[in-house]
Amino acid sequence: MEDHMPLVDIRDLKVAFDGVQVLHGVDLTIEKGEAVGLVGESGCGKSVTWLAALGLLPKKATISGQVMLGRDDLVIASQRQLESVRGRRIAMIFQDPSSSLNPVIRVGRQIEEAIGLHRGLTGKAARAEAKRLLELVEIPDAGRRLDNYPHEFSGGQNQRAMIAMALAGNPDILIADEPTTALDATIQAQILDLLARLRAEAGMAVVFISHDLGAVSEICERVCVMYAGRIVERCPTAALFRSPRHPYTRGLFGAIPRLDAGRERLKPVEGTVPEPGKMPRGCAFSPRCGRATEKCRTSLPILSRLEEDCDVACFHPVLEDAPRHSSRKSAEALSMLELI
Amino acid sequence: MFAFLLTRIFRALLTIVLVVTFAFVVLRMSGDPAQIIMGPDAPPEAIAAFRKNWGLDDPIWLQYLHYFGAILQGDLGISMRDGQSAVELVAERIPATLQLTIPALILKLALGIPAGIYAALHRNSLIDRMVMAGAIAGFTMPSFVLGLILVLIFSVTLGWLPSGGQDSWTHAVLPILTMSIGGAGILARFSRSAMIEVLGQPYIRTASAKGVAWARVVRGHALPNAAIPVVTIVGFMVGSLVAGAVVVESVFSWPGVGRLLVVSVANRDLAIVQCIILLIAATMVVSNFVVDILYGFLDPRLRSNQAKA
Ligand SMILES: Nc1ncnc2c1ncn2[C@@H]1O[C@H](COP(=O)(O)OP(=O)(O)OP(=O)(O)O)[C@@H](O)[C@H]1O
Ligand SMILES: [Mg+2]
Repeated sequence: MEDHMPLVDIRDLKVAFDGVQVLHGVDLTIEKGEAVGLVGESGCGKSVTWLAALGLLPKKATISGQVMLGRDDLVIASQRQLESVRGRRIAMIFQDPSSSLNPVIRVGRQIEEAIGLHRGLTGKAARAEAKRLLELVEIPDAGRRLDNYPHEFSGGQNQRAMIAMALAGNPDILIADEPTTALDATIQAQILDLLARLRAEAGMAVVFISHDLGAVSEICERVCVMYAGRIVERCPTAALFRSPRHPYTRGLFGAIPRLDAGRERLKPVEGTVPEPGKMPRGCAFSPRCGRATEKCRTSLPILSRLEEDCDVACFHPVLEDAPRHSSRKSAEALSMLELI
Repeated sequence: MFAFLLTRIFRALLTIVLVVTFAFVVLRMSGDPAQIIMGPDAPPEAIAAFRKNWGLDDPIWLQYLHYFGAILQGDLGISMRDGQSAVELVAERIPATLQLTIPALILKLALGIPAGIYAALHRNSLIDRMVMAGAIAGFTMPSFVLGLILVLIFSVTLGWLPSGGQDSWTHAVLPILTMSIGGAGILARFSRSAMIEVLGQPYIRTASAKGVAWARVVRGHALPNAAIPVVTIVGFMVGSLVAGAVVVESVFSWPGVGRLLVVSVANRDLAIVQCIILLIAATMVVSNFVVDILYGFLDPRLRSNQAKA
């Protein structure tokens, strides 16, 4: 059948740290140029999924499954192969921009290093390109700022510099792992705009990892919701906002942070995420789920097609549309986000 | 930057003054030089004359003022034993000490730092454990014990190397080894933990994520950061170049500053002891100062703080 090949195809990805399993088989495909949101509570495995894909986990991690990039499986790829993928095919930026740049190396040199690796430019040419990239991410006075150290940049500027570095290799896909969580609200909105613009200009795919459904909806066409090391719901953003089907997703919508309350981490639904290694039998969400039945506690729902483009891993998905108040609340949050 | 230098210099001088004062007080409190230098059988008149001659009957604060006034004029006094200038006596011993401490410092660096880095890069491997066990053994063993063990093995049993004296370079081998092993152990442990700390930082993951090969991540991104804390320890070791050999020089009868210090303390030869202590304090302070400057060089965050200060 294969004339269509997704950009990245993650199949049944499992990760364990020292024998404790934290990813329980993640399936995720990313098409060329699309923007996909990956949301879920802290610790559900969003970062680990992509760190595993890039071979960036510590040695104690055991990884199984496949991460297909074209015809190459990154899970079994050699170190050399991985190095040629990182930054060039798949770039990644991280949550805490201020500690993600090397404190003792000038920002310009860190960008030039990536340029040198991926485009073979050195010296003046590399510097000119670094300047162009800094301008592209809207850092004023870019030529002079190249000689600054990360501590002389603000948090938002550091994240811009990270993005510039990620763009240096013209990647097919950018993994943005909570790129705005550490920044304050105005800066968050600016970085989101920047990402949206760059994505449109460069035509690269973006995976946007976030706690913030509002932010996700601004950028992404598709959203995957993760819970405890699995994807539990996967559908287009509009459909997800109109009618979240998984009880957990519904819980997340109840928890869109109110803007007047400041931005807190999502804390949806009663109870806490089960600790890795202490997973309940059956559906991992069942202990917290109002709709759970005996079946949920004994057998595991797999991610399957519920309706057009919408996959849910739940025996008792919510079929009615979202209750008015929660959709109004999320709409409110969204419209306020757009105002910023 | 200027203000920063000025406060540093002021603090350095203050440290020296405090050390010298402390040494002065402790030495005057801990025994009568007249009795010790003149010997137990000296007639009381001779002792009284000696005390008078050296101003030992003055109240201690007056002695201190005299002493301090002389230092300010560059006069560190003369040996109570043979009347030679203290500075000259100490200065002529310095080369002998440096013959041991400089090679020892180089050996410490050459063994300790690579071992620590290797151990950090292969954390929890067999080699890591062996390096760390060796390092702990190295720096917990007192140097006189280590010196005696080395003498037992290499001089007494194998007969390869002399156990004392200063006649040829072979005489220096055992003292240098004795001095190096502890320091190498400390450096190994320190470099290892600095390196492990740095390797866990987000910017290391960033460097890998942008496609930098691991060897280059280690060299270009981790080492320059890990060097910052290690420099402190190295600075401390440089600071003890002149005086770091007290025990080892005594064990191996090596005629350096350290041995002179031991002998002079036993004799209560105040001028010499004070001169050596001043020298120790001064080298410590100077190397501290250099370390601070070096910090600014290695760590741009500090550099801008210094510029602001
Ligand atoms: N290096 C590691 N060693 C051991 N366990 C780890 C490691 N990295 C992640 N984990 C565990 O894997 C699980 C998933 O972590 P992950 O970082 O992917 O969460 P996340 O969804 O990205 O959360 P957050 O929103 O807080 O970033 C967590 O339980 C975490 O404790
Ligand atoms: Mg994460």
